[in-house]
Amino acid sequence: MRKRHLIRGTAIVAAALLTTACGTSSSTSPSAAPGASGFTPPKIAQLDKLGTGEGAVSILAWPGYAEDGSNDPKTDWVTPFEKETGCQATVKTFGTSDEAVTLMKTGDYDVVSASGDASLRLIASGDAAPVNTALVPNYADITDFLKNKAWNSVNGQMYGIPHGWGANLLMYRTDKVNPAPTSWASVFTDASKYAGKVTAYDSPIYIADAALFLMKTKPELGIKNPYALDDKQLQAAVDLLKAQKPNVSEYWSDYLKEVQSFKSGNSVIGTTWQVIVNTAAAEKAPVKAVLPSEGSTGWSDTWMVAAKSKHPNCAYQWMNWIVSPKVNAQVAEYFGEAPANTKACEQTSDKSFCTTYHATDAAYAEQIWYWSTPIPQCLDGRTDVKCTDYSAWTRAWTEIKG
Amino acid sequence: MTLPGNDLRRRVSARLTRSPRSRLALLLTAPLLWLGLAYIGALAALLITALWTTNTFTGDIERIWTFENIRTVLTDSVYRAVTLRTIGVAALVTLIDAVLALPVAFFMAKVASRRWQPLLVAGILLPLWASYLVKAYAWRSMFGGGGLIDWVGAPFGVGSPGYGLAATVCTLAYLWFPYMVLPIFAGLERLPNSLLEASGDLGARPGRTLRTVVLPLAFPAVVAGSIFTFSLSLGDYVAVKIVGGTKQFLGNLVYDNIGAANNQPLAAAVGLVPVVVMVVYLFLSRRVGALDNL
Repeated sequence: MRKRHLIRGTAIVAAALLTTACGTSSSTSPSAAPGASGFTPPKIAQLDKLGTGEGAVSILAWPGYAEDGSNDPKTDWVTPFEKETGCQATVKTFGTSDEAVTLMKTGDYDVVSASGDASLRLIASGDAAPVNTALVPNYADITDFLKNKAWNSVNGQMYGIPHGWGANLLMYRTDKVNPAPTSWASVFTDASKYAGKVTAYDSPIYIADAALFLMKTKPELGIKNPYALDDKQLQAAVDLLKAQKPNVSEYWSDYLKEVQSFKSGNSVIGTTWQVIVNTAAAEKAPVKAVLPSEGSTGWSDTWMVAAKSKHPNCAYQWMNWIVSPKVNAQVAEYFGEAPANTKACEQTSDKSFCTTYHATDAAYAEQIWYWSTPIPQCLDGRTDVKCTDYSAWTRAWTEIKG
Repeated sequence: MTLPGNDLRRRVSARLTRSPRSRLALLLTAPLLWLGLAYIGALAALLITALWTTNTFTGDIERIWTFENIRTVLTDSVYRAVTLRTIGVAALVTLIDAVLALPVAFFMAKVASRRWQPLLVAGILLPLWASYLVKAYAWRSMFGGGGLIDWVGAPFGVGSPGYGLAATVCTLAYLWFPYMVLPIFAGLERLPNSLLEASGDLGARPGRTLRTVVLPLAFPAVVAGSIFTFSLSLGDYVAVKIVGGTKQFLGNLVYDNIGAANNQPLAAAVGLVPVVVMVVYLFLSRRVGALDNL
């Protein structure tokens, strides 16, 4: 008898749970149709007047973008910002764009340094607010070829302040890899030469690296843009990555893990960022990096403000600070990328820095395939075929890792 | 003259003495609420989330009922391979721990003197005082190039196997070892010495005594310990990330789907797999009486 009571009780609880669950289903937000230009971002007002700072700001940044001296006492542009504005900064770093998008959804962060494969997703989901560039005085000095781009604006409305850009590089141990690599082939078709010592970036966006290699080496596949792959092209990239996998020691998304792997010799060759090369070299690991002959994927980053920011005034002050000539130069030299502010070039400690990184060279900047989110509407303009979207890439990435 | 507060207290206690039902209700409300909301509620939320879907572009959850996620997890060969790998490693870790823990626990319970026993128990518990991450990273450097394993193996021409399944199994077996020793120790301590003596008096050699007396009586304790090692291995993803190389476990799929792909419904569907595995495991354990040994 008692048992039957219990069962009935459970049923009531379960029914109650179901009704609450169904009740919330009506609150489904109307999802904007994803499209290169065809989506309408939710209406969010931009800040029209800069007030006094709130005394705090929460920053979500790529490693190396918001250094407070804890990694290297000489590398610190967060403390001077705090002194000048009175905004106490808390910095959280992330390893992949996907992580950044997920963290932004928590609503705990005021500003984020978003790459092209995160920015549009943040705009479409209403997590990022439009930016009033008039309130960021240093915006005037930003290179023109970074303003009003497909990845940082919608219908002429800027959603952030451009920060800097650069290419993903091929890093190798100079004592283990001979001759020095010049092509991505050394991590794809010739990877078996370094079996068990190759490393790769742990994110679905890495599929674009394989697609770029195929674009240059297998013209018959007809890849025109590594982020616009139809089913057949995606399959070719997946096959290439599956063939690479037995030679991979580990996939990295934590940049310190890659530094450590190259130091211990568990990885001897693989994709990297300039900041990782610098960190590993500073720790006396014999490493070098090259931009392979096929060109490379890369990033063009934008500082964006959270739509539900609790400290919008401090967030704007941070954006203005981080792209100010001197700080932008410091970040660019530390991270190893081209600064967005043209005046930063006069502030770099290495006077030829901007020439090396082609900071003001629009033609060079055009050649890098910046991370962007793959969507069903092919980014290369094809209309006769449906492209694979990011969820297909995510599934493929799970499948590649097996 | 009694104070009003005292009076109220007395009346309440009198009422409670008369009515066993309200006594029981008071005693059980808090734990049952906790159990109902925190455990059952969380499981129900997991199940419901698994039936939703996400907008692939913005990553927002869309509350449309679908069995798509569960179908993917059940039919996609990747998920099957990862499930089998995870269960296999969890079983291997459990086996290694059981084989290593039995002699240790037997020594602690039956051979060591009363004075040594608490010291040995403390010794087994000692590794639990260090952080999980510190221990996992220690194994990472041991398996790394030029690490301890390379160094010890060098004279014999043996190198470290590098990061992968072998490193994961070693690390997990090390991490969960105390959880296997303690239940077996407790089980063997309850085994009367007279049984071992009787077995010897009847002419059984130590090997036979072990096989026919100790092992059958200790088996439920081993199963009790295995519940810990098996379930902890089944859910682990941090150690796998640190020493697992390119290998993925169920926990990593959940982590990647929440942290990277932002697909909580699929993560929930993957998360149901270890729940089902553990329910089956616990059901089987109950049949050998292991749950009385916890």
